[in-house]
Amino acid sequence: MMRWPVLATLSLCALTTLASGMPSSERRVELDYLLTQDCGSCHGLTMKGGLGPALTPESLAGKPAVYLQTTILHGRPGTAMPPWRGILTDAESLWLAERLLAGEVGR
Amino acid sequence: MNMTSRSRAEIAADQRPGTFRAEWFTIAACTAMVLLLLLAVVGKAEAATRGSGDLALVVERANGSLQVVETTGNTSLTRIEGLGDLSHASAVFSRDQRYAYVFGRDGGLTKVDVLEGRIVARVVQSGNSIGGAISQDGSLVAVSNYEPGGVKVFSADDLALVADIPATYGDGKRSKVIGLVDVPGQRFAFSLWDAGEIWLADFSAGSEPAITRFEDIGRNPYDALITPNGRYYIAGLFGEDGLALLDLWHPENGVQRILPGYGRGEQKLPVYKMPHLEGWAVAGNRAFVPAVGRHEVLVIDMNTWQEAGRITVAGQPVFVMGRPDGREVWVNFAFPNNDTVQVIDSESLNVVKQLQPGKGVLHMEFEPRGEEVWVSVRDLDELHVYDTATYERRSLLPAQKPSGIFMTSRAARIGL
Repeated sequence: MMRWPVLATLSLCALTTLASGMPSSERRVELDYLLTQDCGSCHGLTMKGGLGPALTPESLAGKPAVYLQTTILHGRPGTAMPPWRGILTDAESLWLAERLLAGEVGR
Repeated sequence: MNMTSRSRAEIAADQRPGTFRAEWFTIAACTAMVLLLLLAVVGKAEAATRGSGDLALVVERANGSLQVVETTGNTSLTRIEGLGDLSHASAVFSRDQRYAYVFGRDGGLTKVDVLEGRIVARVVQSGNSIGGAISQDGSLVAVSNYEPGGVKVFSADDLALVADIPATYGDGKRSKVIGLVDVPGQRFAFSLWDAGEIWLADFSAGSEPAITRFEDIGRNPYDALITPNGRYYIAGLFGEDGLALLDLWHPENGVQRILPGYGRGEQKLPVYKMPHLEGWAVAGNRAFVPAVGRHEVLVIDMNTWQEAGRITVAGQPVFVMGRPDGREVWVNFAFPNNDTVQVIDSESLNVVKQLQPGKGVLHMEFEPRGEEVWVSVRDLDELHVYDTATYERRSLLPAQKPSGIFMTSRAARIGL
């Protein structure tokens, strides 16, 4: 029950981070490539799923960006989803989460 | 001789005016037919008159296309388009090495004529698939599916459905299926990612398979392979340190866990790309497999099935491939070390060579006798061909986001 307020707070923090650390346009190209090719290894180049679940806007509907950001950064222990922190910054993972929610990848 | 006898016939015809017309007509008609035939043959000559033993398919994963290449002169022959989503794809070959069966991510199963460079038949048989195999006699093609989880088996001839094997476990849930290989005796073996099981499907009695289930083989088998003689089926485990071994000469003995706890309880590194088990790197009595989540290749003594060593390498291994003569083992790596290939001496277990083909080395395939190896370099949009004696690059071919490379010689090998 505490989850949503916490998430909302995290969201705010994330937004602040985003405002201060939006990836450069050069880096955004790299991130998009990583999302398609490397995330695509498990989730499919079209994000319709593979060993990992589908990441289409429909399948992610209702999930806040910061929730996805947390999954990207910390992975899902007990599953094949690895943590990407160390490779991706907070701002970069949030930006990727928003790309997924907007359906702007894998097409 | 023909010319002479024809001349004699013509002379004879001249001497007998009554038959002249008929003779002339026959000759003209025959000549015309020969010319027409010649034209038809010349038009297709290059495709129709070559063998297929030195051909290979390269998956171009971004565009859902295949490139047909030949490995004698290392050139590209043609491109085949329209195979759907090939983000993850593999291929097996008909026994005559003319047709390939390509398994795509989107559940597409496509039969391709490699010589003519065209699609012969195609079905979208599931929502999401991972690979497949062709039966011992070449009559059945089996596909392993993620969604809905199970195996479907098709006629190699026209891709008509022969059998549907849902991978059900627990209270009716369906498991993703991986590690599907052909097994001698018209059988297939495969593993259930979610259920932690190995199944054997026996088609020797016809299209109704007899299924044998091996339960509790370990958590999350991620891929599997079969030894070149078809005796041992080995599944790598993602959910725990170890591998699951099934002796197909003695399936009654069940599945044995080997190399349990090879990680020695240490924290696994994050795995950014699932390793593959393929091409069974065997040298002498030793086998080489990737260690999951570690910068190591594991060496297994195949007499005792005990660990015989481990080799520190440049990253997390994805493919560990034995050169056909077994003298060397080539390894590529997961992100972020996927620009590197290392070569291991199978005798000394030392890394003897490191190559940097470029970012996104996704796959390697040796030519049948191992004098050259093809490497797909995704981010450069290139295929590299290396001389395995000198490690010099011999050829470079453009390709669109190349991934898997599949040589027709796989047709003659168990488990490929």
